[in-house]
Amino acid sequence: MNVGIVIFPGSNCDQDLYRAFKKFNPNKVEFLWHKISKLPKGLDVCAIPGGFSFGDYLRTGAIASRSPIIRAIVEFANSGGFVLGICNGFQILCECGLLPGVLIRNQSTRFICKDQELMICNRDPLFTSLYQKNAKVSFPIAHHDGNYLVDPSTHQLLLDNNQIAFKYLKQNPNGSIGDIAGVYSKNHRVLGLMPHPERRVDSKIGGCDGEPLFKNICQGPYY
Amino acid sequence: MKVRVSIVLKKTVLDPQGQAIAMSLKNQGFSQVESVRQGKIIDLELNEKLSKISKETIEKICEDLLINPQIETYSIQEV
Repeated sequence: MNVGIVIFPGSNCDQDLYRAFKKFNPNKVEFLWHKISKLPKGLDVCAIPGGFSFGDYLRTGAIASRSPIIRAIVEFANSGGFVLGICNGFQILCECGLLPGVLIRNQSTRFICKDQELMICNRDPLFTSLYQKNAKVSFPIAHHDGNYLVDPSTHQLLLDNNQIAFKYLKQNPNGSIGDIAGVYSKNHRVLGLMPHPERRVDSKIGGCDGEPLFKNICQGPYY
Repeated sequence: MKVRVSIVLKKTVLDPQGQAIAMSLKNQGFSQVESVRQGKIIDLELNEKLSKISKETIEKICEDLLINPQIETYSIQEV
């Protein structure tokens, strides 16, 4: 797998994401600056890291989602490329229309930073097939705008198409509809999630619950 | 020519910031305040008169970037 990690002004999880991918020996991991309008040839996966792209001005992810690289990523995804967006990356994927819905301010109005228990809802051949069915994992969350919102009919579609990737367990931290923490696109090639699996790939720093996700992307199975 | 775009959250969208403001006003004794919705104002400086710019262009400016039609509505006025 050839992986590209997008960097915007204000991205701050790009190095963590690089380290998480690198651990599982993909063919190549490279950083991609937001101003490029053509993705490198042979790219398989585009990953958009967490952070505060463009200072979260206007709406979270709004300005980043109109940048040259995102236009290229939309084209890349529409022609079958794999895309992963974490936290601010998820917000950007919703804003650019690759994923349904929108992430609004947490119900509590507070910035939340803590470990969160989650359930893996669908075993996906690209992203989550190395987890057991309905596995419980713990990833940190760190966001101010993680309240996922879709209209009820879209929510039903997400359920019908097995597009819900992760759910919050125990207490829903931000008020998201159906306790949703992450969703797939209709064709399951785009994944966006609020929690940070890239911060759980080292037993010395918090645990390894994120490892199967990155191992799966780098080494398969893809079926 | 200046145009003011006023953006508000749709009625169906929860506005915790508006609720927090309403709570604070009530705590300060303004019992007349029933509820608060917080929005945004964006002023656009145009190099042409508004009458020369099509309504569609202004709407496109709003809908392509300024608002997210899933959660927000807007109105436009000359200032």
